[in-house]
Amino acid sequence: MLVTPNRLRTRGILGINRRNAQYIFRYNPRRLYPLVDDKLRTKELAIRHGIAVPDLYGVIEMEGQVKGMPQLLKAYSDFVIKPAHGSGGAGILVVSGRLNGKFREHGGEIIAMDEIGYHVFNILAGLYSLGGQTDKAIIEYCVQFDPIFESISYRGVPDIRIIVFLGVPVMSMVRLPTHNSNGKANLHQGAIGAGIDMATGKTLAAVWRNQIIEEHPDTGTKIAGVKIPNWQQLLEIAARCYEITGLGYLGVDIVLDAEKGPLVLELNVRPGLNIQIANASGLLSRLEVVEEEHGNLDDLKTRVSFAREHFASEKSSV
Amino acid sequence: MNKLYVWGLASLLTIIGLGLFAYKAYFLAFPIRPDTSVRVWNVEAHISFEAKEEPAKVSIIVPMSTARFAITGESFISSGYGILVSTEDRNRRAIWSIRKATGKQNLYYQATVRTVRIAVLTPEEEPPKPSEPAFQGLSLEAATSLLQEVRAKSADTVSMVSELIKWLNEEPPRPPVKVLLGDQPKTEKKVEMAVRLLAQAGIVARSVHGIRLHEEKFDFSKNIPLIHWLEVYHNKKWLSFNPMSGRPSVPGDWLGWWRGKQNPVALEGGDKLRVRVAISPRLEEGIIAAQETGSVSKPLLLKFSLFSLPVSTQAVYRVLLMIPVGAFLLAIFRNIIGIKTFGTFMPVLIGLSFRETGLGTGIILFSIVVAMGLTIRFWLERLKLLLVPRLTAILTVVVLLMVALSVFTHSLGMHRGLSVALFPMVILTMTIERMSIVWEERGPGEALTSGLGSLLTAIAAFLVMNIKIVEHLIFVFPELLLVLLASTLILGRYSGYRLMDLHRFRAVAKG
Repeated sequence: MLVTPNRLRTRGILGINRRNAQYIFRYNPRRLYPLVDDKLRTKELAIRHGIAVPDLYGVIEMEGQVKGMPQLLKAYSDFVIKPAHGSGGAGILVVSGRLNGKFREHGGEIIAMDEIGYHVFNILAGLYSLGGQTDKAIIEYCVQFDPIFESISYRGVPDIRIIVFLGVPVMSMVRLPTHNSNGKANLHQGAIGAGIDMATGKTLAAVWRNQIIEEHPDTGTKIAGVKIPNWQQLLEIAARCYEITGLGYLGVDIVLDAEKGPLVLELNVRPGLNIQIANASGLLSRLEVVEEEHGNLDDLKTRVSFAREHFASEKSSV
Repeated sequence: MNKLYVWGLASLLTIIGLGLFAYKAYFLAFPIRPDTSVRVWNVEAHISFEAKEEPAKVSIIVPMSTARFAITGESFISSGYGILVSTEDRNRRAIWSIRKATGKQNLYYQATVRTVRIAVLTPEEEPPKPSEPAFQGLSLEAATSLLQEVRAKSADTVSMVSELIKWLNEEPPRPPVKVLLGDQPKTEKKVEMAVRLLAQAGIVARSVHGIRLHEEKFDFSKNIPLIHWLEVYHNKKWLSFNPMSGRPSVPGDWLGWWRGKQNPVALEGGDKLRVRVAISPRLEEGIIAAQETGSVSKPLLLKFSLFSLPVSTQAVYRVLLMIPVGAFLLAIFRNIIGIKTFGTFMPVLIGLSFRETGLGTGIILFSIVVAMGLTIRFWLERLKLLLVPRLTAILTVVVLLMVALSVFTHSLGMHRGLSVALFPMVILTMTIERMSIVWEERGPGEALTSGLGSLLTAIAAFLVMNIKIVEHLIFVFPELLLVLLASTLILGRYSGYRLMDLHRFRAVAKG
């Protein structure tokens, strides 16, 4: 049921308290939080620095604008609506098509325009935002995900989470939606997390609901061993996010679009710790290596190759 | 550096908190346990005389607060008499007077006497002058030779007084003592003689007359015997000397009544004067005793304590001061154990309301209100209301639910249900709203886990906040919250694993 703290320490596991006290508080200055807490600002920042993000279709800032939504959405049959200040994947509505004047939600449900409007009202009122302050609703491009993960995900958009510490990618995983997670890619909502070998970009064993699994529960396909294309490029994008934000301890969420390639979906200043379970490996030992060495790693390429060299999984399929 | 700073600050807070606590507990005698009681003494002097149809005036010396005793709650009971209290030469004299009185007169003086640990501040006294020894002839010679012997055997004033008392008490008495005191002298006579002899030697001394506050000795029907001892002015202080042993201390239960060789009671315009002094011990609640004593000794701390507030405000603070205790427990639950709760301090407030409803009733009420609220919330979801109106609707429903529950339980004869009104309604509303969001977003499992975590934390907070001694300690010694604050600072620096981490990462650890 429980393991001893000592055992966790030898495995280099990072606990919540230590993550907050020694990494988030120390390396993420509070004044930089708005850059990532407001997804609209993150998007603008990324565009300014040439990092690809999903196209912005529109922003709803006031209740009055909800009436204009049918006009705004006229040109698109699929889109995503999300709160600018949302956290943990709450309040994200994915529309994947139109049907007889109504919309088809990603989970398969048919919803009418006024239900979308209600969802937007909730977003504006601050239902999903941190601290409950009033919020904005972002309408953006719905990612057409790369078929690479098709066999190991159930609907939804799998995304790749890379933890970047002081500009060095330290650990990553791919989050695979399941039937159970209703197409959502957040682990606590029932998605699968599969660790990625930092050296090769190949998936490792997976964790689902805190258990280690071999196969996808819905598709039955073996999860380990899938090679993520353009792994070097992904790591470079993640490492650049440190440079453009200045946040030392950062979770970068990237999706692979079939046509547009890797797109940065969002950045997270408080990335979760389940990534350690997905990788069957501790973050703390890797963070300590970077803390020691980062003085010698000034340039982005050096940092990425440092990561590929030092953080290869000991169990990687050669 | 940062770590050192936190630990330094925490130690400082702890030292201040514990220091104040110790001072109040020891010197001001604030009770540490809620059921502490303190022995106090009711002292009564009953004066009676026959009036002679002319102006009457009675004066009596009454005890005054000293370094060892505080005199509180004095009353002077008489009918038709004017009363005046004045202090002269370390004696307080109460003077009753009346224009005309006939027949038997009864006057009473009553006071409560408490033992104190800190000296009552008395006005600075002029250094007294030694009185005239007035020895003549044979007694002068005896006194001189006695003093010579005593002085030869002593080093300083204190040892000289002790030696002198020893000589006066020696059996059989030596010739000079026999000359001075005669046969079988009483203690009072010895004390007065000691005062005169010391005056001859140039030492200021006086006699003290009082009573013994002893439980076995009290009897309301009898006049209690007087005791006498010696006070010597030395190093700007009056030192008490036991007239038997000669040691420079007297037992703690000796209450001085008047000082010097003078008549404690005087009467004009009457005869058949009788004075009866009676004492009776009484148990008093510790905290009241401490305050009463404080009203005499007036320490600064008591002036700025919670007890200076109106009683109704005190009652509020009695509850409010428990919130930090509950919050500290919550911090432990969340940061050391890792239990998930709804809202940061919601469980503390729920726990607080359990104090009003009782634990069992509280849990049932909480569960019913949340469960019914959730049901209605899910139904409201279909109406697609905006957030704030929806919260208002849920709040209204919660209040209605409480009304219904109160009426229902009352009609069943369960009066406990009525106190549901003290349940934090807004907190409940937010709990219901957040729970329903989590339910939809993360599934019922997560919602119920957090709900249960909140309830468990609330129960734990209630249990801790309901410990009588904790409540008593925090209310009587609010400075202990500084110690709690220090502990919170340390807790805030805890970066080790949470108990739940040990469970959550077990799969990794096994690999």
